[in-house]
Amino acid sequence: MLVIEGLAKQYPTGDRALKGVSLTVPKGQIMALIGPSGAGKSTLIRCVNRLVEPTAGRVTLDGQPITGLSRRGLRQARRKMGMIFQEFALVERLTVMENVLSGRLGYVGFWRSWFRRFPEADVAAAFALLDRVGLAGFEDKRADALSGGQRQRVGIARALLQHPSLLLVDEPTASLDPKTSRQIMRLLQELCRERGLAAIINIHDVALAQMFAERIVGLRSGEIVYDGPPDDVSADILTRIYGEEDWSQTIRLPDEDGEPEMPHADAGAVNRERLAGLT
Amino acid sequence: MPVSVRSGTKVWQRRDRNTQLAVWFGWLVATALVVLSWEVISERTMWMFVEDAHIQAADLLGRMVPPRWSYMDRLWQPLWDTLNIATLGTLIAIVLGVPLAFLAARNTTPSVLFVRPLALLVIVASRSINSLIWALLLVSIIGPGVLAGVIAIALRSVGFIGKLLYEALEEIDEGAVEAIESTGASRPQVIGYAMVPQVAPAFAGISVFRWDINIRESTVLGLVGAGGIGLQLEASISQLAWREASVIFLVILVTVLASEWLSARIRHAII
Repeated sequence: MLVIEGLAKQYPTGDRALKGVSLTVPKGQIMALIGPSGAGKSTLIRCVNRLVEPTAGRVTLDGQPITGLSRRGLRQARRKMGMIFQEFALVERLTVMENVLSGRLGYVGFWRSWFRRFPEADVAAAFALLDRVGLAGFEDKRADALSGGQRQRVGIARALLQHPSLLLVDEPTASLDPKTSRQIMRLLQELCRERGLAAIINIHDVALAQMFAERIVGLRSGEIVYDGPPDDVSADILTRIYGEEDWSQTIRLPDEDGEPEMPHADAGAVNRERLAGLT
Repeated sequence: MPVSVRSGTKVWQRRDRNTQLAVWFGWLVATALVVLSWEVISERTMWMFVEDAHIQAADLLGRMVPPRWSYMDRLWQPLWDTLNIATLGTLIAIVLGVPLAFLAARNTTPSVLFVRPLALLVIVASRSINSLIWALLLVSIIGPGVLAGVIAIALRSVGFIGKLLYEALEEIDEGAVEAIESTGASRPQVIGYAMVPQVAPAFAGISVFRWDINIRESTVLGLVGAGGIGLQLEASISQLAWREASVIFLVILVTVLASEWLSARIRHAII
């Protein structure tokens, strides 16, 4: 369980990206974080694993305080938080296998990692994960030879190889086409359910967020302005998060598919595919 | 104010009036300076020497041909020395320059405030002195010979490799660095996994390019006594043995051509 209390971040430029955000993400919950560009979504998830150092507030993961950890302690804590990026953030010149295995760097010493001598169990787990994300046989390809969707799958496999209890996902679909976006979101959702993983997913696409998340948090200028189930997101709420606009085409109407709980049940999924295609 | 309103329509110009005038004035000053410099040079040139330059050149060329090919027998050893000076100098420069680059790059230096300026100073010092001058200094410090040449080449190349490599380091994609950091990797692992692969092609290109430059530079180091084929050139010219000098010129030409061809091939293969 992730607990965030009064998290604030002021950049040296004076920008206050976060103004005291408090949030609890229980084990296994998939939470979508929506909000306009510059609202502090990226800052928020980067403050959780302290890629960005928060100015004030506390972050606790599974009872362990993250804020206040020493560098060494932080490195160990980061192993429990897998991160997935918009631009995939793979090391382009390394192979798929090397990229996936880099998820184990927090567990392996420098020389072992330098000579690529990872423990057999790690390599076996990497093969299994590549298989799971649909990239079996891609081990020896270089990351820059892959398509966007394939790269994001490698990014997901890398994060999962850490055996995390939390996924921090920063705009996973912003560089992908609509169909691939959906496949990636579905994959993330399935993997979280299989492994009981919690996830914070920053996402711009409200319909996708509604489709795949169990909870939606809206962030505006560094403050939480909405926190609730996806089906309660209305035009009013989107106006509160993003500002005035005609929202009628953006959101999924909960009544139309009847069963909002299981998004990958067939009839509902088809209906939603059609609906989301319109947006 | 490049946008102005003239008789009701908006007009856009690249520069406003004052900037345009300043640009014209700049051109005027530049032209005046060129004319003035030409006059000064012209005054201090003894034109009678220049007037028969083509006769002198033809005369020199006449004394150079035919090249005395038998002289080649005595050039193999100096040529081998020259190649060794360039190669060993480059290797030493790589060994010293790579750590220097990591100390100098903003995103890898242990301290932006103290270590980085120091590393940059070393790089600038090395780069600001030509290898011929390094050789001149070293010949008087450690005596004439190949060793002085190797060290001169190395000292000059450290800065070159250090500078280009640290610039490459500063331009890498930070996204991959962030990703590797977020896995809980240690600092050395972040460098090894996220940074080294990104600068590897640049590193290979820089090293081969510098080796290629060093071949050319090491051919003249002998002029100041730092070993290699330049030593022979010096001797031949001072003895007015122009038919030997022309052999040396041709040997240098072929060597440089070969090294350029080789380095182009290697760079092509890497990138």
